Amino acid sequence: MFTLTVNGQSHLVDVPEQMPLLWVLRDHLNLVGTKYGCGVAQCGACTVHVGGNPTRSCQLTIGDVGTRAVVTIEGIGDAPNGAKIQKAWLEASVPQCGYCQAGQIMSATALLNSTPQPDDSDIDAAMAGNLCRCGTYIRVRQAIKNAAAKPA
Amino acid sequence: MANIQSNFAQSDAYLSALIREVHATPVAPVIGRRGFFKLAGAGAAGLVLGFQLGDAAFAAENDAAADGAIQTMNAFIRVASNNTITIYSKCPEIGQGIKTSFGVIIADELDADWNHVVMEQADINPKVYGSQGAGGSTSIPRAWDQLRQAGAGAKAMLIAAAAKQWEVDPRQITARDSVLTHAASGKSATYGSLAAEAAKMPVPDAKGLKLKTRAEYRLIGKGFHGVDDPKVVTGQPLFGIDVQRPGMVYATYTKCPAAGGKVRSFNVDEIKAERGVIDAFALTGTGLMAEAMPGVAIIAKDTWSAFQAQKKLKVDWDLSEASQDSTSRFSEEAKKIAMSFPQKADENIGDVDKAFAAAAKTVEAYYEYPFAAHAPLEPMNTTAHWHDGIVEMWVPTQQPDRGLPSIAKAAGLPEDKIVLHQTRVGGGFGRRLVNDYACEAAAISRKVDGPVKLQWTREDDFAHDFYRPAGYHQFKGAIDGNGRLDAWREHFITFTADGKKEASGANLTDNIKFSIKAPNLRRGTTMFPLRIPTGAWRAPGDNAQVFAEQCFMHEMSSVAGRDHVEFLLEAVNRDVPELAPKDKSVNFSPKRVSDVIKMCADKAGWGKTAPKGSGLGLAWCYSHAGHVAQAVELSVDANKRIKIERIVVVLDVGPIIDMTGSQAQAQGASTDALSTAMGLKINIENGRIKELNYNAYPVLRMPFAPMTIDAYFIQSDNPPTGMGEPAFPALAAALGNAIFAATGERVRRLPLRDLGYSLAI
Ligand code: FES
Ligand code: FES
Repeated sequence: MFTLTVNGQSHLVDVPEQMPLLWVLRDHLNLVGTKYGCGVAQCGACTVHVGGNPTRSCQLTIGDVGTRAVVTIEGIGDAPNGAKIQKAWLEASVPQCGYCQAGQIMSATALLNSTPQPDDSDIDAAMAGNLCRCGTYIRVRQAIKNAAAKPA
Repeated sequence: MANIQSNFAQSDAYLSALIREVHATPVAPVIGRRGFFKLAGAGAAGLVLGFQLGDAAFAAENDAAADGAIQTMNAFIRVASNNTITIYSKCPEIGQGIKTSFGVIIADELDADWNHVVMEQADINPKVYGSQGAGGSTSIPRAWDQLRQAGAGAKAMLIAAAAKQWEVDPRQITARDSVLTHAASGKSATYGSLAAEAAKMPVPDAKGLKLKTRAEYRLIGKGFHGVDDPKVVTGQPLFGIDVQRPGMVYATYTKCPAAGGKVRSFNVDEIKAERGVIDAFALTGTGLMAEAMPGVAIIAKDTWSAFQAQKKLKVDWDLSEASQDSTSRFSEEAKKIAMSFPQKADENIGDVDKAFAAAAKTVEAYYEYPFAAHAPLEPMNTTAHWHDGIVEMWVPTQQPDRGLPSIAKAAGLPEDKIVLHQTRVGGGFGRRLVNDYACEAAAISRKVDGPVKLQWTREDDFAHDFYRPAGYHQFKGAIDGNGRLDAWREHFITFTADGKKEASGANLTDNIKFSIKAPNLRRGTTMFPLRIPTGAWRAPGDNAQVFAEQCFMHEMSSVAGRDHVEFLLEAVNRDVPELAPKDKSVNFSPKRVSDVIKMCADKAGWGKTAPKGSGLGLAWCYSHAGHVAQAVELSVDANKRIKIERIVVVLDVGPIIDMTGSQAQAQGASTDALSTAMGLKINIENGRIKELNYNAYPVLRMPFAPMTIDAYFIQSDNPPTGMGEPAFPALAAALGNAIFAATGERVRRLPLRDLGYSLAI
């Protein structure tokens, strides 16, 4: 049994301690916004925030989450930067198939949290782990810049 | 750019119920010769209009069935009394924005207020909805007239209702933003307030409706946000992988790593004892790769338990019919036979040998490109539930209707016992035109009590794709005394699955056939037998053939000492009657090609002198009915690191429906093409795929993505054609030509990573 705080809500889950957070969220907590793309830290589709840090949830076991708070795409809009990024995403029409976008938004929000005015190289570094098979990178970059330009 | 956003879909319960009724009716409602069918429509229901959407084949089939009088309606518009307009879209959404575009076309002709338009996804039932594929960029051209007529038809009924109520001439009533106005009397009314009355009006004749001209469009051509974007950015369930059903269990399905292998036995007891595992069994499938191949299903409490157990699986495979294909062997053998031109030519125009003998100059070159995987980011999955004698399924697919017979076969049930729900698709690129994973889920569900979600791992996804086939081209070209392209000889080495014709996606495309207009032309094909399955991959055939042919064109213009743009324009405007498309419906136009080439050259600054180490390359293609030119400006350093300075895309795909979506497709396809040309390659050894995850298959990442891609559209009055594919094929050729311009080195083999090139940050 593990106690897990996700998007401010506490959950009790009965799963093996080796189970990656990704599958606990998706299969046991019905939070399916976080996506499975590769399972090996290559695509970033599974990115969530753990203790405030962007984390590939396919690589972090439930046993290793500890008491750190988890925030997912379903809850990121409650934080100012998350809401700002989501809005910028809509305005720039970033999504194509949309499958990578939850991960992109989680990484982008973490970037704004740590670097409110990112330059291109900050964006490159923060977003390099998030694959987009549809090639939405130009709009991802633009949306991040637009969000950063908005007052907090 | 207009900032227009639709309400995002709230389920229209009334319409859904109505559609279910239509499904349940043994004899589908009949549409008269007029082309529309009025449904119910009493009181609060408002005006509900059914109409027919679909390809010619589908329509013909229905016509034949009933003397041209009976057609099955397959799409719906509802104008509700609260002013909401609901449109049922029947095509799968795979990221190309179809759901938005369909709504825009109807709403424009209807003069609807876009803020009150709601789009809904139709369930799968080819009997009701007709063709439901999304592939080959065909969704828009097929539906263009039908959608506009439907919008105009609904508007005509609303106007008729207002004219009767106001006792005025309907021709004096104008429509705008869901409001009808009669200027002379000052009367006006919303669509909602007229909907119930409109439903009592006679159904207009579709053919007699006057459609808008391009100048009259109010919505078409503006920029729109994807109707599901708000759900996407907040992580709402949309995709196949997101489907959750009460009591659902999870499955993996393991097939032989060498395509075609069969299960002899597996460590069943060990697997069943694994934590979280509910059951494990072997299936023989239907034996067809496009359906269900033999394999082992593991059923578990959750996805992770199924994945863990799959890792412990030990299968004794019967390899007697399994693939032994090897890509390195194919490469070697192709190279060896390239110079032996096949006796039988597929095409033989003029006399190439005579032209070579008389040529001022000749050029020879050998081009090669590899197998490629689709690798859409959402791995294949399907949820299936066998209950009450039917199998109910949730499938992320590009082509549900064509999959239905296979799915039924795999399930061992008649087609009418399969109920398909279509989900959003996390990337298609042609992969989900094949419904193999849905067939597997159907077969598995027969042995599972309750709903089951089949989830492929990323490794399963790479190992069991329908790959873009490799290809090898040996060219010889001749330049005449005037520096013109005079002869083209091509030996195309490709693959066959059945020993008779080219494997899926492995044929020379028609587009290529009539775009290289040499007065003397000879083409021949050699086919290697192939066991690994191949298939359509974004812009099938064109996606790699255009690289080889447009780079070779550049070799010719260089040897001729000609300006490349001039050389291209001269060649495409040459009149070679034998090479003109025979099929009248083909819209290939040398004029449209010339226009995109000229504009692309202009926008890219063709002719300016580039600094040392820099270069500009340009290429064009006619692909999936679109006329496209692309230019790449780059520099290359001593370590073969390529810095992309600029990418220009010019497209003529007719009028643009959604400018934001079209820009996205132009940028996305160009980015995908750059990514593929630089790094993507599938190696096969002894029938086994070597690249099983993204670490070995380097899809382009943010730091290497171009900062901008400038897309321009020449909007002609020709009917619109699709945007999903045309911006892919010419990019790699423009890239190769630019590398030559910058370095003097010819790149004749993809991916460029294999030649030591990489992208600079
Ligand atoms: S699923 Fe975690 S990085 Fe791809
Ligand atoms: S939008 Fe499709 S993978 Fe990024």
